[in-house]
Amino acid sequence: MKIAWQLFSTFFKIGAFTLGGGYAMLSMVEKAVVDKKQWIAADEFWDLIAIVQSLPGVFAVNTALYVGHKIAGRKGAAAAMLGAIIPSIIIILLLATIFKEYRELPVVERIFKGIRPCVVALILAPSLRMIKSAKLTWKTVIIPIATVALIWWCKVSPAIVILAAIGGSTIYAILMERKLKRTENKEVKP
Amino acid sequence: MIYLQLLWVFVKIGVLGFGGGYAMLSLIQHEVVDNYAWMTTTEFADMVAISQMTPGPISINMATYVGYTAGGFFGSLLASFALCLPSIVMVILIIKLFMNKKTGSFMGNLLKGLKPAIAGLIFAAGLSMMNSQNFVQIGKGENNISIVICVLAFVASYFFKANPILLIVLSGAIGFFVY
Repeated sequence: MKIAWQLFSTFFKIGAFTLGGGYAMLSMVEKAVVDKKQWIAADEFWDLIAIVQSLPGVFAVNTALYVGHKIAGRKGAAAAMLGAIIPSIIIILLLATIFKEYRELPVVERIFKGIRPCVVALILAPSLRMIKSAKLTWKTVIIPIATVALIWWCKVSPAIVILAAIGGSTIYAILMERKLKRTENKEVKP
Repeated sequence: MIYLQLLWVFVKIGVLGFGGGYAMLSLIQHEVVDNYAWMTTTEFADMVAISQMTPGPISINMATYVGYTAGGFFGSLLASFALCLPSIVMVILIIKLFMNKKTGSFMGNLLKGLKPAIAGLIFAAGLSMMNSQNFVQIGKGENNISIVICVLAFVASYFFKANPILLIVLSGAIGFFVY
């Protein structure tokens, strides 16, 4: 029970003080879990993260669940997850309540008139950086273009687009695996 | 009824949300603004800004905010929990059944294949927010400041990887002094 409580308080602190979302929380988790508390060895931690990263859902929650489970089983998983999300829930509830009250104030409205176009830029910029880092060829560049066209222009539900993309990516992943096996076989035969 | 809708919407987002909080933007926007009209497009933009500026996972922040707007206190708890539910199920499954490096590399390839589509998804969410509600009175002289803010923030973020919270604060200050 003691270790579950420690997991809760560790993740609670990270959840309460790390700005910048799940990926920013990762280095804090590593510092706490690997360096400070030494619950998990570094290589084991990064193996775990490699798997967690490829899963859907909230990255920070997935990380908390796996790390918690690794250290203290089911109780540990629950404690770490609650620790990671409770600060968010408390802070947002407070802010949303306050914001609802004062949203109509001219001062607040003026500030948010400035913020809204910035938010749009903050969404567009990382998506373009992501496209750049995906190293697209002339053939694959059609994927992000088609996605944008379907959702923004044809108003197709993003859920359907994702399902289609998952289908395509599964085929891609299977092909990659076959390719890997083939090269492995070639290396073995001679 | 609203609770059932929140549960359904956020479980769905938890299952399909590959690639982190930003990748969920399009899904959340579609359900919250277009489908159920729990928020207007400006409320959605404000919610994203507040979720980005507060500590913790951005998607949990957004779920809590949407849940609160749509269904009050219990709505917020329910939405956050619903978003975590698929993760919990998946963790149990993977630990019990097939957590090893091989499936890890398969999932890694799957995500690699998904990446261009996810990027497009996020870009589409940004484009949908580029409207007359969020960009005030485009075309009337002084009011093109919205566009100036957007372009400057984009350049700062894309080329110089500027801190998003700093950019939001600066834009808010510009809004305060200009409007």
